[in-house]
Amino acid sequence: MYRYDEFDQAFVRQRVDEFREQVGRRLSGELSEEEFKPLRLMNGLYLQLHAYMLRVAIPYGTLSSTQLRKLAHIARTYDRGYGHFTTRQNIQYNWPKLADVPAILDELAEVEMHAIQTSGNCIRNTTSDPYAGVAADEIEDPRVYAEIIRQWSTLHPEFSFLPRKFKVAITGSPHDRAAIKVHDIGLRMLRNEAGEPGFEVVVGGGQGRTPVVGETIRAFLPKNDLLSYLEAILRVYNLLGRRDNLYKARIKILVKQTGVEEFTRLVEEEWQAIRQGWELELPDSEIERISRYFAPPSYGEAEPIDFGFVTAQRKHPEFARWARCNTFAHRQPGYTIAVISLKPEGGIPGDATAEQMEVVADLADKYGFGEIRVTHEQNLVLPDVRKAELLAVWEALEAAGLAVPNLGLITDMIACPGLDYCNLANARSIPVAQRIGQRFNDRALVEELGPITLNISGCINACGHHHVANIGILGVDKKGKEFYQITLGGRADEAAAIGEIVGPAFSYEDVVDAVETIVTTYRGQRQSGEAFLDTYQRVGIQPFKEKLYGTR
Amino acid sequence: MKLQVMTANRLSDGAVVYLDGEGRWTERLAEAQVTLDPETQSALERRAEAAVRGQEVVGAYLFQVDSSSGTPEPIGQREIIRAGGPSAGTDLTPSSLRI
Repeated sequence: MYRYDEFDQAFVRQRVDEFREQVGRRLSGELSEEEFKPLRLMNGLYLQLHAYMLRVAIPYGTLSSTQLRKLAHIARTYDRGYGHFTTRQNIQYNWPKLADVPAILDELAEVEMHAIQTSGNCIRNTTSDPYAGVAADEIEDPRVYAEIIRQWSTLHPEFSFLPRKFKVAITGSPHDRAAIKVHDIGLRMLRNEAGEPGFEVVVGGGQGRTPVVGETIRAFLPKNDLLSYLEAILRVYNLLGRRDNLYKARIKILVKQTGVEEFTRLVEEEWQAIRQGWELELPDSEIERISRYFAPPSYGEAEPIDFGFVTAQRKHPEFARWARCNTFAHRQPGYTIAVISLKPEGGIPGDATAEQMEVVADLADKYGFGEIRVTHEQNLVLPDVRKAELLAVWEALEAAGLAVPNLGLITDMIACPGLDYCNLANARSIPVAQRIGQRFNDRALVEELGPITLNISGCINACGHHHVANIGILGVDKKGKEFYQITLGGRADEAAAIGEIVGPAFSYEDVVDAVETIVTTYRGQRQSGEAFLDTYQRVGIQPFKEKLYGTR
Repeated sequence: MKLQVMTANRLSDGAVVYLDGEGRWTERLAEAQVTLDPETQSALERRAEAAVRGQEVVGAYLFQVDSSSGTPEPIGQREIIRAGGPSAGTDLTPSSLRI
């Protein structure tokens, strides 16, 4: 993992001291709310429906066990005993008191954490593949470049007041597990004809009220040119992006209005100017220096086929189901990537209690080199578990209510906090997710249904990624009542697509029945070996419309 | 005219509060001053503005309630949830504060 150097440590400490003073001035009345708001947002502090909300950065979703224990401690000491992991691989606390926030930031700084770049019109924390560094299909660990982007972007003097927030996602594998095509900039590592690794650069993706799948503006960017090229994109956006209309200020609107060819020309022109001006080439020595922080642990000797693992699966069908559903191929023989679902049936997607965080931290220490990942699907990951020890991990997770076998299945829902917490929301998300989880509580059936992504947003800002779900649910307000619009056919991977609206919205009472009708229709239509998306792409939206609305 | 109640979030912890008949901020909607009278509503607005300036609360506004049952009840899902706390979660507002 990356460790702070003296600069990082001093910078984060200075920021805490500065914010402590700002909070003091706010409480004493020296600062009005209008003056204080941009300052608190620069430190991840929002004011929501019932309380302040603090969003803590987990850069590229990587945590140490020490950091996770600190997050548990903060939940217990300053909040209500839990935290909410988000689609930005961060964690949010829903109930901090304003006067406590400097102390929370102090505690975070002790473990090299902060809440910077989690809000405001800056370059936000870069998100990444949660299986970075361990996935069998990976070219290079994308966290190296995510960390380099962090160092470049934090307090970048030119890009601290962009037209709007700016999100970069990066994956080191050809298969995209970081939803890069729905980010302002998406970086996908690939190899050129000479076999050299570099990046495909995708720009102008995003969700919200104008969902757009990003466009490739450069098929191959050498690694050493990463920062100069990002600088060129940001510079074009900073100059030409709209500042007069909040809803038209993201780079996706600029790319659409300019046209991708002209936008690309502007970026390339700026890039040439930057490269002629001053040195912004990323030296190999710096890439190597940062790479050393992410060096793999000592895995030891590769194990032959582990008969213990095979036997354990035969003996424990529930363990076998969890191992089938919640593990992913590791690059190291004898190891696996174990995903801890935070989506218990009837639970709150992404929530973890302080006790659960501590269980996961202990498991990471005992079985996983002390490392944890956070996924944008709001789950946790133990990236390095020996298959021989997976049964012991499962038993401990089971005891903590964390062994839910549903990774990538219909109950592995993404859901934003919705109207239960969020000031922007129009409708609740969490109770809808809970009711869907309760409806689909037969684990054998859920596994039999195969991969289905179901995401829920409580408003058009789409924090719940509903646009790119196979089944997307968007909460809307109709005269003070909650209604839910359903989209079908979205996906967030390398073939990213925006879902299609199936028809008129459903009431809060009827929306779960509608989901069940969609699933029943899929089961009736599917052919052998098809996943939901395969069936949907083959039969189209019409059979679903007919079942949902009849002759309406 | 519509029945109105003055609400805001408390500066110190962001809690939802309502202005009562004594000019104090309470967490209980049942204790809030409910008024139809435009002059009283203006008075509530002046008190709220003073409380904003005095670092007591932020984001004060009047909202509509129905008091046909004898106690003020919010109209619209957003104010129902503000008054009652999250409808789902491990962190539900204590029942003593429920409307």
